[in-house]
Amino acid sequence: MSTFTIEANGQKLEAKKGETILSTLKRANIKVPTLCHIEGLPPAGACRMCVVEVEGSPNLVPSCSFPVAEGMKIKTNSPQVIHTRRTIIELLLANHPDDCLYCVRGGNCDLQSLARNHGVQVRRFRGARNRRDKDISGPSIQREPDKCILCGKCVRICEEIQGVSAIDFLQRGSKSVVGTAFDKGLNVSSCINCGQCIVVCPTGALHERSNVDDVLRALNDPESFVVVQHAPAVSVTIAEEFGMKPGADMDGKMVAALRRIGFKRVFDTSFTADLTIMEEGSELAHRVATGGVLPMMTSCSPGWIKFVETFYPEFTPNLSTCKSPQQMMGAIVKTYFAQREGLDPKKIVSISIMPCTAKKFEASRPEMGRDYTQDVDYVLTTRELADLFRIAGLDPATMEPEAPDTPFGERSSAGKLFGATGGVMEAAVRSVHFLLTGKELEELKIEDFRGMKGSKELHVKVGDLNVGAVVVSSLGQARRLLDEIKAGGRKDIHFIEVMTCPGGCINGGGQPIGTDIEAVKARMKALYQIDRDAPLRVSHRNKWVQRLYDEFLGKPLGEKSHQLLHTHYHKRDVMV
Amino acid sequence: MEHATNVEQVIKRFPKAGRDSLIPILQAVQEEQGYLSEDAVVRISRHLKIPTSKVYGVATFYNQFRFQPKGKYHVVVCRGTACHVKGSAKVLDMVTKALKIEPGKTTRDKMFSLEVVACMGACGLAPVVNLNGEFYAKVTPMKLHRIIEECRTKERGNG
Ligand code: SF4
Ligand code: SF4
Ligand code: SF4
Ligand code: FES
Repeated sequence: MSTFTIEANGQKLEAKKGETILSTLKRANIKVPTLCHIEGLPPAGACRMCVVEVEGSPNLVPSCSFPVAEGMKIKTNSPQVIHTRRTIIELLLANHPDDCLYCVRGGNCDLQSLARNHGVQVRRFRGARNRRDKDISGPSIQREPDKCILCGKCVRICEEIQGVSAIDFLQRGSKSVVGTAFDKGLNVSSCINCGQCIVVCPTGALHERSNVDDVLRALNDPESFVVVQHAPAVSVTIAEEFGMKPGADMDGKMVAALRRIGFKRVFDTSFTADLTIMEEGSELAHRVATGGVLPMMTSCSPGWIKFVETFYPEFTPNLSTCKSPQQMMGAIVKTYFAQREGLDPKKIVSISIMPCTAKKFEASRPEMGRDYTQDVDYVLTTRELADLFRIAGLDPATMEPEAPDTPFGERSSAGKLFGATGGVMEAAVRSVHFLLTGKELEELKIEDFRGMKGSKELHVKVGDLNVGAVVVSSLGQARRLLDEIKAGGRKDIHFIEVMTCPGGCINGGGQPIGTDIEAVKARMKALYQIDRDAPLRVSHRNKWVQRLYDEFLGKPLGEKSHQLLHTHYHKRDVMV
Repeated sequence: MEHATNVEQVIKRFPKAGRDSLIPILQAVQEEQGYLSEDAVVRISRHLKIPTSKVYGVATFYNQFRFQPKGKYHVVVCRGTACHVKGSAKVLDMVTKALKIEPGKTTRDKMFSLEVVACMGACGLAPVVNLNGEFYAKVTPMKLHRIIEECRTKERGNG
């Protein structure tokens, strides 16, 4: 690729032909504010926040879409640039409800910090305050359209990355809003609750349905026995919420902090990830042996499940009937664990901490429970966990690490890998190989399933069978694959792992706000490191999983498993 | 169900339709039904393979589409330049208050619906209002208020 030199603020920079000014500046660590730009997607050019001055050009140019040219001389902070940026901010604030003190994003809002950083302290343009109804109908996602600045990021993520298009711009001119078809609640739209729109939203217009208060109430109820589980991706992320560098694993410290808050037991969802591998691996082997529906598709990502039920109901038989690790944990906590401890299941309040907003929806699915109790009562996102820690005045970084509780604290690092795209597949292949051949894989690390790529595949020799394994993350990728299969292609595939969010749970909709791809990669690296160093790296050797089968479940796919650990799906009639 | 078949028949007139036929199809369906029902939007989006949110987004971009059936009395207020100069804004303001609906909407009792158009081509009569096809010239807020009250009285008589 040909490169040349440009100049920015008097500094010489190397630019690549064809890239945008913004990319060049970013590499040189020169910051230009953006509002509508999404890394990796084509520029939208909607907000003009990113304007810079280019010598010889009569007008300011948007750096997110303007290509570099040899010899270009750029100013990113000239008086004209700063004045323009400030005016844009002031115009955005003209109808904005100044609710920062009462807003989920107060202190963590692009609009707020832009205003502060540009010294906006008076309201120069006075428009009528936006008044629009909140949409609190969704099981996971809530919208406050009066805080929306119409940057369009949510619309584009939903369409271009997730292939869902639940929301779009409605009306026009001063009446423009982002909304669903017929401006109905998200709960009756095709939204699959992934929360990717939340992490890209620059304001408080989108957020999760919070359950922090429900959890606090349960913790303070003397009648309740409150247990908590945490998903693999959370421990490698939570540090960032407390200002630390991405990629630190805070597992033990987080366990300690959770105990201080008052959770009676702290369990690791990676334990039920191991359990999932036992059930799902057996299910795959069973389907292959009996001519069942193939390719089998993973079922641990609830956004993906709703996506299939909504857009591709013909593929529901392909979905593994296994509940997700979250729901398996919920189910065995209120049965096996309750019996073991002599507790009334109705008195147990089961909390889970997830990098995911769709998990809230999953926990509320009517299939997920028995005897009028839910498997999992409340789901907190990684962000809400940070809120909870802050309310309690705890900084996990300062805690002495503690071990999780028995019986569901022990995990293999294969279960931990569930947090990143390809991780379920890697864990499954390790165990299916053993289940079918009686031998361990020589090399447990399977490079082809690793990394951020949206679609990965490998044919693995398991005994006599050449297993076709495909891993995709983001529903846009999943859609392409399903369309290929629908058109009669890809007969070579046996097993597909789908994670709803690009890169997997480490980049889930419940993770810290913002789309810092480097942070996501650091979380991924942390998971791989845990796996490299772990003494136990395969699910089928998890002693407590074996004990759970011996003492309670019987065998994988047995009757008890069927009742507690498996579920079913149905076609959804919503406006797609 | 009668509606549904009508919509299907309209859609059938556009067999090889792509994205660029969205507006013509929306117009044809509204012509047939008088408005765009949810069901119609869903069918159109399925036919064109465009998400319903997008179809609805495009349809709401234009003033010409309505999403509720017309009322028994359909009031059309002209907001063309001539009518504007002669005070149609006040007329519109009065009627939205009197009927308690925004343009494009229908009252809950399905009695009145309101529409705003850019120009009816009757500028000599400005400001113009059309009620169920009948033109009213040089309308003032007072005059329109009386017309609406007459309709209401008639309905009460019927009821
Ligand atoms: S969205 Fe941002 S600017 Fe608006 S009220 Fe919330 S914190 Fe304040
Ligand atoms: S949660 Fe996901 S599916 Fe729902 S609107 Fe947001 S991006 Fe779209
Ligand atoms: S909801 Fe947020 S992301 Fe979507 S357009 Fe509004 S401000 Fe942008
Ligand atoms: S970030 Fe460049 S126009 Fe919005």
